[in-house]
Amino acid sequence: MSRLTEESLRTANDIIDRYPIKKSALIPLLHLAQEQDGWVTDEAMNHIAEIIGITPAEVLGTCSFYEMFKRQPNGEYQVNICHGISCHLLGADQLIHHAEETLGIHEGETTSDGIFSLEGVECIAACTEAPCMQINYRYQNQVSESQFDELVKQIRSEERSDIPKHGTLAKVRQNISAERIAGFDSIDESIAPVWLERNGEVE
Amino acid sequence: MTTPLITTSRWGNKDGHTLDGYIKSGGYQALQRALGLTPKEVHEEVKKASLLGRGGAGFPAGVKWGFLPENVWPRYLVVNGDESEPGTYKDRILLERDPHQLIEGCLITCYALGLSQCFLYVRGEMAHGQERVAQALNEAYEAGYVGKNILDSEFSVDIVLHWGAGAYIVGEETALIESLEGNRGMPRLKPPYFPASIGLYGKPTIVNNVETLANIPWIVLNGGDAFAKIGAEQSTGTRIFAVSGHVNKPGVYEVEFGTTTFRDLIMGEEYGNGIRNGNELKAFIPGGASAPWFFEEHLDMPLEKTAVDQAGSMLGSGAIVVMDNTTDIVKACHNLVRFFARESCGKCAPCREGTSWLEKILQRIIDGNGRSQDLDLLLDICDNISPGISWPPKQTTICPLGPSAVSPISSAIKRYKEEFDKYLSKSKPNIPVQIKSGAG
Repeated sequence: MSRLTEESLRTANDIIDRYPIKKSALIPLLHLAQEQDGWVTDEAMNHIAEIIGITPAEVLGTCSFYEMFKRQPNGEYQVNICHGISCHLLGADQLIHHAEETLGIHEGETTSDGIFSLEGVECIAACTEAPCMQINYRYQNQVSESQFDELVKQIRSEERSDIPKHGTLAKVRQNISAERIAGFDSIDESIAPVWLERNGEVE
Repeated sequence: MTTPLITTSRWGNKDGHTLDGYIKSGGYQALQRALGLTPKEVHEEVKKASLLGRGGAGFPAGVKWGFLPENVWPRYLVVNGDESEPGTYKDRILLERDPHQLIEGCLITCYALGLSQCFLYVRGEMAHGQERVAQALNEAYEAGYVGKNILDSEFSVDIVLHWGAGAYIVGEETALIESLEGNRGMPRLKPPYFPASIGLYGKPTIVNNVETLANIPWIVLNGGDAFAKIGAEQSTGTRIFAVSGHVNKPGVYEVEFGTTTFRDLIMGEEYGNGIRNGNELKAFIPGGASAPWFFEEHLDMPLEKTAVDQAGSMLGSGAIVVMDNTTDIVKACHNLVRFFARESCGKCAPCREGTSWLEKILQRIIDGNGRSQDLDLLLDICDNISPGISWPPKQTTICPLGPSAVSPISSAIKRYKEEFDKYLSKSKPNIPVQIKSGAG
């Protein structure tokens, strides 16, 4: 429950520097906040507003549009079962029903121990692997009911270190070193790229 | 002549996603070749290829590139990697298994058009894809393929990996730009019809799909003419199709564009290999959830843009979803409509209200609460979202999301009305008693 830590803030500034206009970094920064706390806290949103130079309402406006951002405490493992058309045709509804029974919660709820949150989600682009699901955005393909129960058991007994806690999206971040960065021109000046000019392609 | 694999050639390679694996299999040679040509010459090759956009609309990429206004700078490239159309499953594999091919495509495009920065927007839910692209970019920067003075030339460009956060509508190119600017992902009012004139930060912007750009290295290496020779006259090259649903062998296949037929893909041994359990085909969606359905009589149609357009549907995003005779058509229809209702951004009233009304009416039919006039009501709402319920759809909305919800309903009612009637005949609608006022 906090503002961005010093480490998160350093990463945030690196990200902001890549965009001609700071607000473009908003969604990546909200992911960063969610990675830090497991959900997006009001304090983090206010902090992001400060560093980007926009109002907290603007941050909330964007944050509330996107499904991946959770604005209340979330389970450590977000279980998203796909109910898109291909998965629907191959038993997604039954799988969701089974998941509800196994976890003892309904779609949209979190288990009382705070470990699992369950959702039925729209197509996650694994249609040939139906019915499929993601746990913290890691794919599980052609999931049977017994496989689902096995996964839940493994997670409860902490055997799935390959699946990071909720909020961590990508374990690899883009780094651009100071020597290699091309940088960008101000959007207020109309300067043609040098390689076009040399080729005589600027009128 | 056997059709070459243009975009999926490295999918079978274990190390296809690494810089070493990419270079070993001919990677970054196209970039070198492009840098030896003038930017105009590179653009010409892509025009000659007649490469159609692979995102859904199927607009020729070379023509789209030509819409950039002269002498307005800076200009941007935005890569649409927000693949979320139900049934669509190709860009994610391109990102995961061959990220350098996409990066090389981006670099060549930026060089050809004088685009000074590239933003690679990857759907938030694709964590593994994000990781693979981040890793690939880190390697490519380090090795001098991306960033300042690429391959010691004067060409410099940054490619910035950007994360989405879960919203189908962001696949619409102006919504994608809004999202990239840090806003709610709502489509912009048209005109301007193309972000090429006014796009990111109000500057000229090219928005291309992942698969579209993945074709560029091959085109530059082999020439636009060689690309145009593959496939049909107006549907050139190859295309990736995902075949899913009730087939024996669901899969993602790269095939010659415009000549391969639906029957090849659904029934062919090397592809879908027929309907599961020896069942019969009931219907199939030829191009993602937004596309009107096709039936058995369409099987021999080639996967060619013009032919499919004229038959009243579209190839869209290359997603073929097969339904066999066990499918409950009303439930399938409801499933597709629910998708659009949930993903409507809420900007235009006909879509915001209409799609959720459609969903609720279909739900009550399934629940046994349907009313006798419900089918007329469904079609009336469809007509309000997309006047005339025709193809290509007219729209009362800024973007095609609302009209897309009309496709499954009109398809299902036209062909399988008896399934709706069956639900309705058993229906006991719970209609509130009308209280007459002033009757006394």
